Amino acid sequence: MRIAVASGKGGAGKTTIATSLAVIAAERGLTTTFLDCDVEEPNGHLFLHPALCQKQVVNVPVPQLDEKTCRDHGVCGRCGQACHFSAIVCLGDVVVVNPDLCHGCGACILACPANALKEVPHRTGVVESGQAGALRFAQGLLDVGQAMASPVIRRVKEWGAQEVPAGLTIVDAPPGTACPTVEAVRGSDFVLLVVEATPFGLHDAALAADTLEALGVRAAAVLNRVDRFVEAGRGITEFGGAILRGTMPVLARIPADRQVAEAYARGQMPIGVVPRFRQAMERLLTRLLEVARREAA
Amino acid sequence: MKVAISASEPGMSASVDPRFGRAHCFVVIDLESGALATSDNTISQSAAHGAGIQAAKTVVEAGARTVITGKVGPKALAALQAAHVDVYQCSGGTVQQAVERWWKGSLTKVTAATV
Ligand code: SF4
Ligand code: SF4
Repeated sequence: MRIAVASGKGGAGKTTIATSLAVIAAERGLTTTFLDCDVEEPNGHLFLHPALCQKQVVNVPVPQLDEKTCRDHGVCGRCGQACHFSAIVCLGDVVVVNPDLCHGCGACILACPANALKEVPHRTGVVESGQAGALRFAQGLLDVGQAMASPVIRRVKEWGAQEVPAGLTIVDAPPGTACPTVEAVRGSDFVLLVVEATPFGLHDAALAADTLEALGVRAAAVLNRVDRFVEAGRGITEFGGAILRGTMPVLARIPADRQVAEAYARGQMPIGVVPRFRQAMERLLTRLLEVARREAA
Repeated sequence: MKVAISASEPGMSASVDPRFGRAHCFVVIDLESGALATSDNTISQSAAHGAGIQAAKTVVEAGARTVITGKVGPKALAALQAAHVDVYQCSGGTVQQAVERWWKGSLTKVTAATV
């Protein structure tokens, strides 16, 4: 079973909750894998302290131009028409390739009637993997200045997919609603949406909920850092859509807790030092697995 | 010889759009004939990535050999340079004023990305 932990915005508590759930699942004897797919800022490792013994470079196959062959064909421009990402453009009588924008789809190469383009590898990031205690662990790391997160995320998931069938995989997905989030969530059996219970958090969570609905993945929410503001009912209506329509159950409400924040700031796992937070995570995991198994069945 | 100016709307009295990639449009002036044209830039404006490159394509296709704009990014500048288009920086003012200043030689040529 693969469960992705997602959030509408950064700082909602996604990594804290994802790492806590993974550690508790492993304590319960489940074969558990933690995949940090938040490749722009993977920080699960700060809490899980994995021993990373394997490293794999991630390349995107980008087109390389043979200028002479292209010129001999009159710089026809078909490659540029085929590319949806402006990674290859035909400007008058020159063809310009921008590897940083290339998704590696190969369309330009197919479109070129002259065989003037060939694929060459372009490095975009690395996947590091190993063991964090009882957890199997992998994280993707996007190279600085690179825009293509999805290929790195895909490789992290591939590493994780060598899993034991009965095991549990927790995916820490990048926050937001864009391609990297979609890629991280794709293929998951269930998604836990971490919702920061503030007006900003609720607003962005509503967007994330719509994205998940559009993707057709089953999801449930956990409201994090709940305080009187939300309890009073203001703002919660803004999360509107999914929760109110009842399509997204709320599995838990985690209160705002200074001690949790302090542990986090020290780089400690809050479940290790704040007993009430551990209990909340224990209950959350139990409910999450129940709901996810029911939905998956 | 054609020159393209990033602008907030068509016409000589439009203000210069400080953005190249996400400019509203380009006013393209043919210096020989004096003809005035507008190249729409809405595709680039709404692009998630590569707006500057799309905009470069737009001005090259309009036949411009010179671009006057506010700020231009590294990818767009590289594309314009590859297509032998000169880029001049101009902040504020109208399209008319920008062209006059460029004609008098008082605009600086951009050789490195300005964003
Ligand atoms: S491989 Fe795809 S994304 Fe890359 S330049 Fe070619 S068409 Fe564009
Ligand atoms: S499709 Fe091939 S021949 Fe045509 S412009 Fe592109 S690289 Fe050159």
